[in-house]
Amino acid sequence: MIHFTLNGEPQVLALDPVTPLLWVLRDHFGLTGTKYGCGEGTCGACIVRLDGEPVKSCSTPLSSVAGRSVQTIEGLSPDGRHPLQLAWVLEEVPQCGYCQSGQIMMAAALLARHPRPTDDQIAAAMSGVLCRCGSYARIRRAIHRAAMPEIQFG
Amino acid sequence: MVDADSSPRLTRRDLLRVIALSSGGLALGWVWPARAGTSETPAPSQFEPNAWINLHADGRIQLRLARAEMGQGVMTSLTMLLAEELEVGLDQIQIEPAPIDPVYTNHLLGEQATGGGTSTRDGWETLRAAGAMARTLMIAAAARTWGVPESECHAHRARVYHADGTRSLGYHELVTTAAHLPLPTTVTLKPRSEWNLIGTEQPRLDTPLKVRGAACFGLDVRLPGMLYATIERCPVIGAEIRTWKGQAARATPGVIDVFVVKQGIAVVAETTWAALSGRARLEIECRPLRNAAVTTKHLRARLHLGLDGRASVALSEGNVSRALAESALEIEAVYEVPFQAHACMEPMNCTADVRPDGCDIHVPTQSPAATQALAQRLTGLPPERIRVHTTFLGGGHGRRRELDFVHDAVELSQRLKRPVQVIWTRADDLQHDYYRPMTLHRLRAGLDATGVPLAWFHRVVGPSVLARRDPGRIRDGIDPLMIDGATSLPYRFAHRRLEYRRADTPVPIGLWRGDGHSHNAYVTECFLDELARAGGQDPLALRRTLLAESPAHLALLDRLAEHWAAPLPTGQGRGLALVEAAGSRLALLAEVAVEDGRVCARRFVAVLDCGQVVNPDAVRAQIESGIVFGLTATLKGAITFSDGRVEQTDFGDYPLLRFDEMPEIESILIDSDAPPGGVSPIATPAVAPAVANALLALLGRPFRSLPIRL
Repeated sequence: MIHFTLNGEPQVLALDPVTPLLWVLRDHFGLTGTKYGCGEGTCGACIVRLDGEPVKSCSTPLSSVAGRSVQTIEGLSPDGRHPLQLAWVLEEVPQCGYCQSGQIMMAAALLARHPRPTDDQIAAAMSGVLCRCGSYARIRRAIHRAAMPEIQFG
Repeated sequence: MVDADSSPRLTRRDLLRVIALSSGGLALGWVWPARAGTSETPAPSQFEPNAWINLHADGRIQLRLARAEMGQGVMTSLTMLLAEELEVGLDQIQIEPAPIDPVYTNHLLGEQATGGGTSTRDGWETLRAAGAMARTLMIAAAARTWGVPESECHAHRARVYHADGTRSLGYHELVTTAAHLPLPTTVTLKPRSEWNLIGTEQPRLDTPLKVRGAACFGLDVRLPGMLYATIERCPVIGAEIRTWKGQAARATPGVIDVFVVKQGIAVVAETTWAALSGRARLEIECRPLRNAAVTTKHLRARLHLGLDGRASVALSEGNVSRALAESALEIEAVYEVPFQAHACMEPMNCTADVRPDGCDIHVPTQSPAATQALAQRLTGLPPERIRVHTTFLGGGHGRRRELDFVHDAVELSQRLKRPVQVIWTRADDLQHDYYRPMTLHRLRAGLDATGVPLAWFHRVVGPSVLARRDPGRIRDGIDPLMIDGATSLPYRFAHRRLEYRRADTPVPIGLWRGDGHSHNAYVTECFLDELARAGGQDPLALRRTLLAESPAHLALLDRLAEHWAAPLPTGQGRGLALVEAAGSRLALLAEVAVEDGRVCARRFVAVLDCGQVVNPDAVRAQIESGIVFGLTATLKGAITFSDGRVEQTDFGDYPLLRFDEMPEIESILIDSDAPPGGVSPIATPAVAPAVANALLALLGRPFRSLPIRL
């Protein structure tokens, strides 16, 4: 039995502990916002937060979340109005959108660590999440915007 | 009322054009073909004036989307065309996916499909006319209700107003009256000066879903009782399974069945992870085939043979061989373009539910009509029993015009009598793609004494994409897709010859963002810069000389001139490329540097003339994504072969451009009254030549193969 917290709710699962968190989220909980892109931790589409830190859920076995707190894109905000989500809308970041959950969760972890990140800090964090549509410049703008919501959302 | 699909002589487009010319109105030659001529009375609670619009008495306004949203923004831009003429706000409508019906045929592709930068071009007249037709009916219904002339009424935000300022009726209140009015046979479109939506920045309708993780992509489909499946294929091109052992796979917890299918060995399970785990325990051995010896080196050698000897002549003007012989300076070069994968972020997948009485297919596809046709062939069900639900697409780039993943899902669901979701792994996706073809190119040019090229020779050598996809379009040995862009070269040469030599390989090939332009723009624009250098000419000035009779192209270069002349930091090179594709024209300037032995693209300036712009920010986004897609193919990897198999398996050996490699991009949109051109395919082909030309300027040597290696 593995106990953990998922988007604020306590959960208990009796699954093979090697099962990657990605498939637990997608197939057991129906939380399909977290995406499968490569299964090897190279693309970042599956990023979620584990105790606030970004992890690639495709390479995170269920066993390693025991007693810890997992946050997915569905749990980022109750109404889709997290500053990052608002900024993402205003900057029109997504194109196909498939990688964007991973991008936003990585950005959320970045802002938790650096509330006013520099371009270099943004680049260092976000270079781990691939986007085939090239939304990178808009992501940078959106993160800056989200980092100063009192100014940008008036 | 004319039913376009039963009219033998005039297609719907012909009708639209003919009437548009003669009366200033647009003829409406289409309805739901299935309902044309029937006496079916519309339900009073709703009214469908045409195939795109459904107005409800409860106030809902449903607009149908018949194209795939794969990041290019059609969900918003096509809806804007309908809403503009219907006089409704984007905040007042609901979007629902269109079913498969001939009325939704994309006339530029010849089927109900999305790709090649065709959606806006195809929908430009039709969708506006559909909106205008419904608005005309709403106004007619209000005028009848009030007993006033229609000319005294106008519509705004789903309400009709009378000119006296005292009366108005919502569309929902007019549904019942309008449903009993005769459909108009002509409509008048709004003049540009009255547009409220077209040409304005509109927020994308899919963005709120995508930032919440709530957009349903193919892999997000969940059906009751659904199983998950994955298929192990032979890695060698065209090989078949000889022997296999499935006991360990079958014993994996959660695995339900393991069996042979046409494409390989299928592992079916209760969860995705169980299917993947079971698959990892399969042992397969493939029958050795002649392709087992294929390497990139062999393929290159095969194409090399085509550089000489016979070829099909696609275009011949003047006398190139004589002009070359008489020229002051003759230059020749051979260029090489490799296979490329699509690497959509969402790997290929499909979910099918085949039942005795019908079939539902949930799939991220660019080709829903072909999907239905394949399912019909596989199941024997009539088409009206086969419903295709197009999900959001996690990238398309031409890959999702194919049906191999549909075949997987339909076959498995049919056999298991359960809904099945087939998932391709990243390795499957990279190793079993329909690749952008490898090509070789021989170019020759002759310069006069002043350095101006007078003669231009280009031979394209490569496999034919259409040989598999649409062989009927191959004429006189020429695959038009393979010479796209080389044929329509905008430059004026006194003598020009274009040849195509088909050289097929065992490698599966297909459509890829920009198609033929992606290789031809690279070689022609690079070779032009080689000529400029040899003739002592500035690359932009030489293009101006060769485009003297093309004001539209000159206008693009004029807008770039200031950037071209601006001071450049030491250690950087600047290059230029011009592409004409999908009815649009683009001039792209690249600024690059070399750092630690690697090429860094620092900045691009794109000047685009795509006719009338529907949603400007979506166009800029397409320029950005086209550049990034092209930059990956220019600087990163390629698909290569050894032992008959693709060598690349993941993003480690097939890397994509990363965040920290993103160049600065400035987009300039030319204002135009011309009908819209396509945008998705145009930037990608311009990147490789702009970057290679910048490196030629910086390092003094040409870069004649991709990806660029210093």
